[in-house]
Amino acid sequence: MFDAISGFFLDLYEKTGLNFNIFYDEFEYDRVLAGAVTSLELMAWVICLSIVLGVIGASLQHMGSRTLKGLVEAYVQVFRNTPPMVQLLFFYFGLGSITPQVDMGGYNEPLISSFAWAVIGLSVFGAAYNVEIFRSGIESVPRSTLEASESLCLTKWQTNLHIVLPLAIRVSLPSLTANVISLAKTTSLVYVISVPEMTYVLNQIWSDSMNVPEMIFVLFLFYGIVIALIGAVFSLLERKLRIPGFGQ
Amino acid sequence: MQRHEPYGAETASVSADAPIVSIRDVRKFYGSLEVLKGISLDVLKGQVVCIIGPSGSGKSTLIRCINGLSDVQQGSISVAGTEVNDARLDVVALRRKVGIVFQQYNLFPHKTVLENVMLAPRLVLKESRASAEQRAKALIAKVRLTGKEDAYPGELSGGQQQRVAIARSLAMRPEIMLFDEVTAALDPETVKEVLTTIRELAADGMTCILVTHEMGFAREVADHIYFTDGGVIVEHGPPAEVFSNAKDPRTRRFLSQVI
Repeated sequence: MFDAISGFFLDLYEKTGLNFNIFYDEFEYDRVLAGAVTSLELMAWVICLSIVLGVIGASLQHMGSRTLKGLVEAYVQVFRNTPPMVQLLFFYFGLGSITPQVDMGGYNEPLISSFAWAVIGLSVFGAAYNVEIFRSGIESVPRSTLEASESLCLTKWQTNLHIVLPLAIRVSLPSLTANVISLAKTTSLVYVISVPEMTYVLNQIWSDSMNVPEMIFVLFLFYGIVIALIGAVFSLLERKLRIPGFGQ
Repeated sequence: MQRHEPYGAETASVSADAPIVSIRDVRKFYGSLEVLKGISLDVLKGQVVCIIGPSGSGKSTLIRCINGLSDVQQGSISVAGTEVNDARLDVVALRRKVGIVFQQYNLFPHKTVLENVMLAPRLVLKESRASAEQRAKALIAKVRLTGKEDAYPGELSGGQQQRVAIARSLAMRPEIMLFDEVTAALDPETVKEVLTTIRELAADGMTCILVTHEMGFAREVADHIYFTDGGVIVEHGPPAEVFSNAKDPRTRRFLSQVI
């Protein structure tokens, strides 16, 4: 891959002065590639975890005791009412400073890496919205449908698993897609806690090589393409789950 | 209030001539509003009983009390030997004996016709897939919907959905079927197909309790008619008697308006 494009971009630089050094300088190329992989990994973790936490939170709100409901409500309020960047700083510098350090033989490493804090922080942030999204889905299942299930002797768990969950997911999916996309974009914020993802890496490269406009363009394109792909996956899912004659 | 005469012995045991459903002096309140003001009625095994009356007279509430979907504050409801108004009620055991069909069908919209009918036998009765499917197909045939097994409820007409709901209920092998205004949301043409299904069910000997506004149907299939108004049973008797020879002025007024 690198060999195939490096000639073109070197030529481009020499002829026009447009410096896409990440495509002809192998060291920078590897750096960007690592940054892109970190970004994608981060997005995958955060999307999956925030959905899992959202389902758990919404289930607790649906079935849990009053105390649990209150706790989930408080959690949602706190994490919806504070900016994600402040949350990341809080996790990494606030909680990170009181988590234990591991002796790596001569130097200390935090038990939880900045990447792990980023996953935790953004998942918790995204899940706060997902709880509300899934709750609206759960509440959209008509009381009468639940009565039918109850009358057929399904247990509460069977009703939740076979009736409520499949219907709630379908109703929630459009809002969930919007939140997941927003969350994937928010991963760019983790440069504030020095996670070497795409924004952080390109920022370093343009500081070193003074090719700010070119690198900003690459960064812009990177997110544009990745987010479009995530959106496509979710609309494919929405199409797959569509039920003939339902919700139209 | 007219005191109701029981048909058989007033015991909870189920002998051949004892009523399968026996309701005694049932009262229900929503806050301070009394919606059932001392209702008593009996249904024998294999009987078809229709409850008629103006809207808001407590018909639907009454029928929902029979399978425990609504609770009552006073009185007793005995269903096939199970006392419903009892804190220790095993509601699952009760509901396995009593099927209910609702006005709005309440099918599971994300499941096909076949899946709707198979779901409870699989999950509750723990039937094997093969046997549940075989029985579901037979029930779908019984309600004349063969060929629609893989359709989703949203693709069916109201009458077809209602017949699926009946098949779904029958799949649990109930002893008693409750029908809560099952044709009220249907257009006149599809009403007929649903009534045909219920008529066949009644002919097979299923005990049926219907809340209905279909007076012609009630007159034709019912063994016994109850007329309710304002939370009490105003009058009851065989259809010929109630429809042609109503004693209470309220019954006569209601019938003159709906027929």
